[in-house]
Amino acid sequence: MPHDTALEVYRSALPVILVSLVAGLFAGTILGSETMRAGIESVPGLLLLLPAFLATRGSVYGSLGARLSSGLHQGVIEPRFEADERLVNAVVASFINGMAVSVFIACVAFLVLVVSGREGSLLQLVGIMLIAGFLSALLMLSVLVSVVFVGYRRGFDPDNLIGPLVTTLGDVFGVFFLLVGVLIVGWFL
Amino acid sequence: MVPVTFGDDLSAMSDRLDELYEGLFGEDDDPLDQWATRTIVTTMLPLLAVLSVLQMVSGSVLQAFEETLLAYPALLVLVPVQIGTAGNLASIMCARLSTQLHLGTFELDPSNPDVRANTLAILGLAATVFLVVGIAAWAIGRVLGGDLALLAVLTISMVSGMALAVLVVVLSLLSVWGSFRLGYDPDDTTIPLVTNVCDIVGVLLLFGVASVVI
Repeated sequence: MPHDTALEVYRSALPVILVSLVAGLFAGTILGSETMRAGIESVPGLLLLLPAFLATRGSVYGSLGARLSSGLHQGVIEPRFEADERLVNAVVASFINGMAVSVFIACVAFLVLVVSGREGSLLQLVGIMLIAGFLSALLMLSVLVSVVFVGYRRGFDPDNLIGPLVTTLGDVFGVFFLLVGVLIVGWFL
Repeated sequence: MVPVTFGDDLSAMSDRLDELYEGLFGEDDDPLDQWATRTIVTTMLPLLAVLSVLQMVSGSVLQAFEETLLAYPALLVLVPVQIGTAGNLASIMCARLSTQLHLGTFELDPSNPDVRANTLAILGLAATVFLVVGIAAWAIGRVLGGDLALLAVLTISMVSGMALAVLVVVLSLLSVWGSFRLGYDPDDTTIPLVTNVCDIVGVLLLFGVASVVI
């Protein structure tokens, strides 16, 4: 096998990197918006849980994508939108994981706040994480299953679609749903 | 040895979750099936919990710089890009080096042509991304009401970004080599390890450089 050249590696990786750059800028713009800055000021602990929230979104839905892709390649699931037992199991498991880890993150962030001697409301953080976790689960699960199945049927290797899809959608909508959570919880608390 | 104890703790957590899951949702038909909901939940959750706790490090850094971030929205715009790009560069580098290891062309040597080509490509990608991001974050920050100079935002993005790229290269090389020496398949171990470390260090570098520049 011939050796890699730097230019070839650069060229093959650039499109994916640029797509995720644009997504990152979108996420950053939402994060830097006036509404979000007001939210950061009014909810102690919001910045604290942001990286954990985004990183776990990537892991939960990235692993679901990888599982679906391997399942399709192995022939243990079919690319059809039917209530197949394995498919339902995997989707339900990702939903449980996404929700459980969201609540866990709110609790850990609250603990960090308490330990560092700052004020914070556990109820507020859990409420925001439940809303943001739930909305991102709905979006990520439906988009991921659709794109992986449709992509596979059209002859794309789903392995190449999952990474960019999960990082771009996960970050943009992760930050957006966090904002939605802050706004909704703000009406009640 | 640390990694072994860590793994034992994780599998003990996984076992306890398994019992908890059974109590909550009842028995699955075939608990050993790789596609059973319970298997997926109990293997993933401990890892996710550890990952969330680790990510509190970057969260704490963000929190510590809350006032600076609120005053300079351009810095807030940089945060997701910085985190995302670190992870992307790390997974590209690790995946390529792992493949070369499997093909037998990898060696931990700066004169190895594959190592050189990949290192150069990662540095080139980082330079491209962080140049574009610096300009974009400055412009978006302006629109959002910030007043940082272009040169300041560009310096923060380029210096922290290139430092991060060097870290990605070094960590990827060491982790691929290390996981091979310890007998693990680098495909399984290096990407989660390096991407998460680089995510966290990426935020640290960003604010390290920002606090010097501003």
